[in-house]
Amino acid sequence: MRSNNGHECNPEILAKRVRLKTLRLIHRVRSSHIGSAFSMTDLLAVLYTKILRVDPNRPDWAERDRFILSKGHACAPLYVVLAERGFFPGEWLNDFYQNGARLAGHATHVGIPGVDVSTGSLGHGLPIACGMALAGKRDGKAHRVFTMLSDGECDEGSTWEAVLFAPHHQLDNLITIVDYNKIQSLGTVKEVLGLEPFAAKWRAFGWAVREIDGHDLEQIEQVLSNVPFEAGKPTCVVAHTVKGKGVSFMENKLLWHYRAPDRAEMAKALAELGVEG
Amino acid sequence: MRGAFFRALLRLAEQDERVHLIVGDLGFGVVEDFAQRFPKRFLNVGVAEQNMTGVAVGMALSGKIVFTYSIANFPILRCLEQVRNDICYHNANVKIVAVGGGFAYGSLGSTHHATEDLAIMRALPKMVVVAPGDPVEAEAATEAVATHPGPCYLRLGRAGEAEVHHGQIHFKLGKAIQVRDGKDLTLVTTGGLLETAVRVAESLDHAGLQTRVLSMHTVKPLDADAILAAALETGAVFTLEEHSVIGGLGGAVAELLAEATEGLVTFKRFGIPSAFSSVVGTQEYLRAQHGLSVESLEAAIRSTLEKKRTLTASTAS
Repeated sequence: MRSNNGHECNPEILAKRVRLKTLRLIHRVRSSHIGSAFSMTDLLAVLYTKILRVDPNRPDWAERDRFILSKGHACAPLYVVLAERGFFPGEWLNDFYQNGARLAGHATHVGIPGVDVSTGSLGHGLPIACGMALAGKRDGKAHRVFTMLSDGECDEGSTWEAVLFAPHHQLDNLITIVDYNKIQSLGTVKEVLGLEPFAAKWRAFGWAVREIDGHDLEQIEQVLSNVPFEAGKPTCVVAHTVKGKGVSFMENKLLWHYRAPDRAEMAKALAELGVEG
Repeated sequence: MRGAFFRALLRLAEQDERVHLIVGDLGFGVVEDFAQRFPKRFLNVGVAEQNMTGVAVGMALSGKIVFTYSIANFPILRCLEQVRNDICYHNANVKIVAVGGGFAYGSLGSTHHATEDLAIMRALPKMVVVAPGDPVEAEAATEAVATHPGPCYLRLGRAGEAEVHHGQIHFKLGKAIQVRDGKDLTLVTTGGLLETAVRVAESLDHAGLQTRVLSMHTVKPLDADAILAAALETGAVFTLEEHSVIGGLGGAVAELLAEATEGLVTFKRFGIPSAFSSVVGTQEYLRAQHGLSVESLEAAIRSTLEKKRTLTASTAS
């Protein structure tokens, strides 16, 4: 399925293309975070085909929904999605992460249509999203503010400052998705700093919460199409995901927070993604 | 200065509906007026400076002019990375206001001594750093930062300082105000020591040293022209600030003079050594403890000039 401007709007096809292109990008430039990229790829694909009211031809459209990738280290698939949706030419991806590139290894707004907020240090996205949501409320605007958090950045105090803030101000135009892949930088979330009972914590702070399978495209769409879940409450979607989802030998492996695939691994990964190496 | 700031802020808010005030649960007795008159443009985020700064950026990126307000180091150091990444990198229209610069909260202890703020803020790209010298400058500075489209840090003193300027001043960000002229030396000052600087100058005048005083209310961008003119015309430049001698006004002027005059100018920084004060006390007491009283400064300046004169004489002979 293609939109009238020729850009992909089927989430399944988009997710597949994003995994493939992200894999190739990361392999070519030997950057990190492929595991974090693949765990949220399906969420991104649904957001950018079915949920976000954005217009690639008017990236600064005042009434657009905002999307902040708070887990800025997983920017590669965001760049791919934006290119696929026509926010900027696909050729821009070619020099991602390279000398002189504008596409940095963490989400960067400078000169990149479709990226409103630069991130990279964890725990910054949700407070900014709160400010945008509050401004929208006070101005009587209809747009929503979406932000994607990693589970690791739920260690940050600044995240919890904002978790307190949003329900107090009844920001039901704010939607937080947590990519709960359960592996952070040096180990599993359970080993490093446990978050459970995670959904219950968000609920206790005053959010309307749903837990979903972050790789079930239909469920993602169904849930995100019905926000806010409760009037007057901010929305939290705890998306249970698999780090490295889509490539069997990367799945649930801490190593792929860092490693870029070599040639042999690349061939294997491509085969799993349904492409001849 | 605090009263002057709020007077100007209320005026600005009346004129421009983009003006917002966000506080970190501080400002008892001074924020209520704004909160009552502009409830939809006021926000108390609670004791949460990181979130305060992020929220301010989110609002600024939605078209608002946002003032964040807290005391001493809280709105900049607790949330320094939010200031750098979120405010500065996004060139967000946020004005950070800290009341209690230097030793204004002297008795409250080192946690409340804002003595490195100018240096830290000055190091950040895009940040304009302003420390007005008296209530008249504070009022003008508030209007100036509101008009400047981008990040600003406004360091205020406390409440109840004397007015040094009488009548209208011409206040422009990045342009020093010459408070008095002189041909023998120049005192460059920022923040609440302006009154002290003027008194030192008067005293030196009586001793036959005609002293120029520059109020360098904007530490960044620095008014290089005014400093180089002072160096050329008076031959001796002294900086005076209620701040560490590292990286603030003294540091900025030293960098400028070292590169532009090849060390030919007599120069000395007066400020606070890089140390935590071993005692507490009133602002006046702690200033005196750190050599920032009128008497100590006058003596130190005369001694520096005397040494220079002796050195020059011995070199000449």
